Amino acid sequence: MEAVAQISGLTKIFDGKTVVNDLSFTVQKGDVYGFLGQNGAGKSTTIRMLLGLIRPTSGDISIFSHSIQHKLEILKRTGALIERPDMYKYLSAYEHMWIFSKLSGIKPNRDRIMQQLEMVDLHNRSRDKVKTFSQGMKQRLGIAVSLVHDPDLIILDEPTNGLDPQGIADMRHLIKRLSTDHYKTIIISSHLLSEIEQIATRMLIIHKGKKIIEGSVSELLDPADTVVQIDAVNNEMLKNILLSSGYQLVDAENIRIKMNRQSVPELIEKLTREGVLLTGVQARHSLEDYFISLTNQQN
Amino acid sequence: MWSLFSIELYKISKRPRTYIAFIAITAIVGIFQFAFKADGTNYMNLMLQSVQDTFDLDKTKAINGYFMCYIILNTLLIQVPILVALIAGDAISGEANMGTLRLLLTKPVTRTQVILVKFAASTVYTIMLLIWMAVTALFLSMYIFGVDDMLIFRVKGEESQILQITKDDIMWRYIAAFGYAAVALSVIAALAMFLSIFAENSIGPIIATVCIVIVCTVISNINLPVIDDNVKPYLFTSYLVGWKGFFYIGTNADGEPIKGSLENWPAIRNSLLILFGHIGVLLTASVVVFNKKDILS
Repeated sequence: MEAVAQISGLTKIFDGKTVVNDLSFTVQKGDVYGFLGQNGAGKSTTIRMLLGLIRPTSGDISIFSHSIQHKLEILKRTGALIERPDMYKYLSAYEHMWIFSKLSGIKPNRDRIMQQLEMVDLHNRSRDKVKTFSQGMKQRLGIAVSLVHDPDLIILDEPTNGLDPQGIADMRHLIKRLSTDHYKTIIISSHLLSEIEQIATRMLIIHKGKKIIEGSVSELLDPADTVVQIDAVNNEMLKNILLSSGYQLVDAENIRIKMNRQSVPELIEKLTREGVLLTGVQARHSLEDYFISLTNQQN
Repeated sequence: MWSLFSIELYKISKRPRTYIAFIAITAIVGIFQFAFKADGTNYMNLMLQSVQDTFDLDKTKAINGYFMCYIILNTLLIQVPILVALIAGDAISGEANMGTLRLLLTKPVTRTQVILVKFAASTVYTIMLLIWMAVTALFLSMYIFGVDDMLIFRVKGEESQILQITKDDIMWRYIAAFGYAAVALSVIAALAMFLSIFAENSIGPIIATVCIVIVCTVISNINLPVIDDNVKPYLFTSYLVGWKGFFYIGTNADGEPIKGSLENWPAIRNSLLILFGHIGVLLTASVVVFNKKDILS
């Protein structure tokens, strides 16, 4: 595998406060790399350091085998969307694309610009001024602007901030498309863990500026360790059957057990056979549970 | 670099705020022209009160296009720094406020390029303002009031002077004066842009620039030897009105004006050098600070 970004010992101290602490990770070509952490965990600071917007206190950043000191070489092949750009309110979507094409060293081409606007579903509003756009539209335009020079690496910092549920779903599909159809390497930071769970192939969880864990999403979400929440008409009966069958309750009040996800159908069949009237079964080992358990350990 | 520069100019041209200054200048010049057309002779009587027994002047001829432009520039060039600060003070802080600064800096451009290009664009804007002033205050006044020799009223030390410049010796002085004003106003642009690096909305740097100009102008007008010798030479505001030097015509031993001459060219040249020095220092400081700045907006 070819490493697109290699970060080692990255540290940033603001006014004596360590915001990012000795962070090291590697992003491979083709990864959709989820960068997870609570608000204030140091995600945005790290991403800004990757883009040369913030100077690291110490540590090394190498992207496309160039040190961050050679920022221009990196930025020629990188597209970025940092949080919520409001864009130039007095310019249209088309003008933004035209301007940022030129800034990226690309000769603006009408057909190409319209194609890129179509990708983010803004082609019908291309001549409208950004001040008439919703936050979701501005965010989509931000994505289009970051893709204007067809970069190999796309860095998205909280791209779903301020979007409605439909906007979040659209963004998710767009990111998936960029990865699968256009073979882009993507680094995406978010505090919306369910989003990362659906998009990322690999991920890093940071907490208070420190790396907690890094790995592939499938590894981290071990199906053998799934928490299953069960609800029945008679919960006491359900509890007794589970305990007598050797299951351990991780949460007695809500009746949650730990088990292999693949065995859930067998358990449902057994409980039904025993006469338990089930009202709900939910496999809850999501990234969210995993994240909360990890950060709780750290706290 | 050229692409970045053309983009900056394009952005400035698309902003409604850009045109406020042009509208303000048009309005002020228009009011002056209307007032002098309606009641100019009264103004001249007032100005010539102390010397009308000595000189025999045709007051209707004295109010001509050249004279009008001089009067307007005297008033307007004190206010124009505010208009320049409106644009230059927004150069970096406005981008930070909109969240476009980080977008801009994640494109393959250096921060030094960004600063230099934004300053260049602010300078072009300043020059465009001055050209507009020339069109409205000079050429339009020449059309409305006609052309004749120009009278300049000057207070030099304890005495009042009236200088007369022949009409065929004036246009080059205006071109030079507008050129000087462009350099002087570029100092304001450089100052406003420097301040805008520290802010995340444009109000702060605009107000700070105006405050600095006001404070320095007040100090420049304090006539105390200790300030004259130790402070004034270093204040850019001491040189803002140096454009007037182009209208102070040189005289021969008999006190006769010499056509095409200047009373004190070395003083004008030194003023220009000091203004360029200020621009250099402010631009260098802007580049250094901006290159070290963490973009947190």
